[in-house]
Amino acid sequence: MNGRLVTLLRRDLARLLLGGRGGGAAMPVLFFLSVAMLYPFAVGPDATLLARTGGGVIWVAALLAAILPLDRLVEPDIEAGLFDQWALRGIAEELVIAVRVLAHWLSFGPPLMLATLPAAALLGLDGRTLRIVEIGLLAGTPGLAALGVTVAALTAGLRGGAALAGLLVIPMAVPVLIFGAGALSIGGEGGLALTGAASLVLLAIAPFAGGAAVRAARG
Amino acid sequence: MQAPSIAVNDLACRRGDRVLFRALSLQLAAGEALRVTGHNGIGKSSLLRIIAGLAPAFAGTVATRGAIGLVDERHALDTALPLGKALAFWQRIDGAADNELARLGLSPLLDVPVRYLSTGQKKRAALARLIGQKAPIWLLDEPLNGLDGHAATLAEKLAAEHCAGGGIAVIASHQPFAVPGLREMALADYAPREMAA
Repeated sequence: MNGRLVTLLRRDLARLLLGGRGGGAAMPVLFFLSVAMLYPFAVGPDATLLARTGGGVIWVAALLAAILPLDRLVEPDIEAGLFDQWALRGIAEELVIAVRVLAHWLSFGPPLMLATLPAAALLGLDGRTLRIVEIGLLAGTPGLAALGVTVAALTAGLRGGAALAGLLVIPMAVPVLIFGAGALSIGGEGGLALTGAASLVLLAIAPFAGGAAVRAARG
Repeated sequence: MQAPSIAVNDLACRRGDRVLFRALSLQLAAGEALRVTGHNGIGKSSLLRIIAGLAPAFAGTVATRGAIGLVDERHALDTALPLGKALAFWQRIDGAADNELARLGLSPLLDVPVRYLSTGQKKRAALARLIGQKAPIWLLDEPLNGLDGHAATLAEKLAAEHCAGGGIAVIASHQPFAVPGLREMALADYAPREMAA
């Protein structure tokens, strides 16, 4: 069974990290960096304003970047019959979804945390803000990954599913965003723990909600 | 290995608000092959998916013993990958087995991305995946679609060998499928009366 899990993870990573036509992990990172680059152009070169609002911008950009790969997460595998073949081999949908959450997180969480370094330089963030943004992303992106895979499974097969998935993720990601960005204000560091807690809840739900959604889509 | 078997008892299938078939019972033991016939939309694929446990039965029960392999119109191979790598994924899942690639004429195609393969080549690749799975029960949904005469004969031969080796094959097809000792079941016999009329 462990060998099968490793095989599944390797396939998921090859698809999500290197990507084929979808562009892999490079797309969310480039999107994220473009937002960080555009923001100073839009609000002007006011260093104090940028430093004060930059952390929040990074959070919003990270959330939106996490939405980009949603349509590639679950739907193509249902379409191609892979979930059916896994089910015939006794590999539970819950397990496949759990592996996919891990692969999805690895393909955008750590890359975004790395990209936050140049983004923080573009926005002129100070050391404390950068540190809290990075810890917040570490705590919050697993939750965003779990949410993304769950919603991708729920909307698989629907007409306009990709657009709908994006719209569904945004409101459900609000707790992660509020606690994560809220931790940036002086004295708000407790928000980091709440970000982690929101993440854990999403991580706990994702395999079961996603697995049930895949089975329901089978009909 | 335990002898495989399929026991379907008083099965009914509903799609949407239409009952496709009802009161369907059948028994298959090791070495037996069954061809399910009927016109398009009568429920051949649905029957196979119910037997596979991938779709719920509206009424009745299905009991199967032994692992189930399914080949339908979806090849379950990564279209972006070369055929060799796409099949290697299933070999690792199934614990590396012989896929009879040379016999299926797939050896020269291993470097070709799956999305460039023709319908018949994809079907042969799906058969290779099925062989590697080593499942005692084969469910074949229109296995001859897209196959040329030579490949079709080969598919029939593979099914015959599978049954001779103690396996079970259920074939849903509107085309003739030659396997020694093949039983036939016309799904129209089980259609609800108002539909048969």
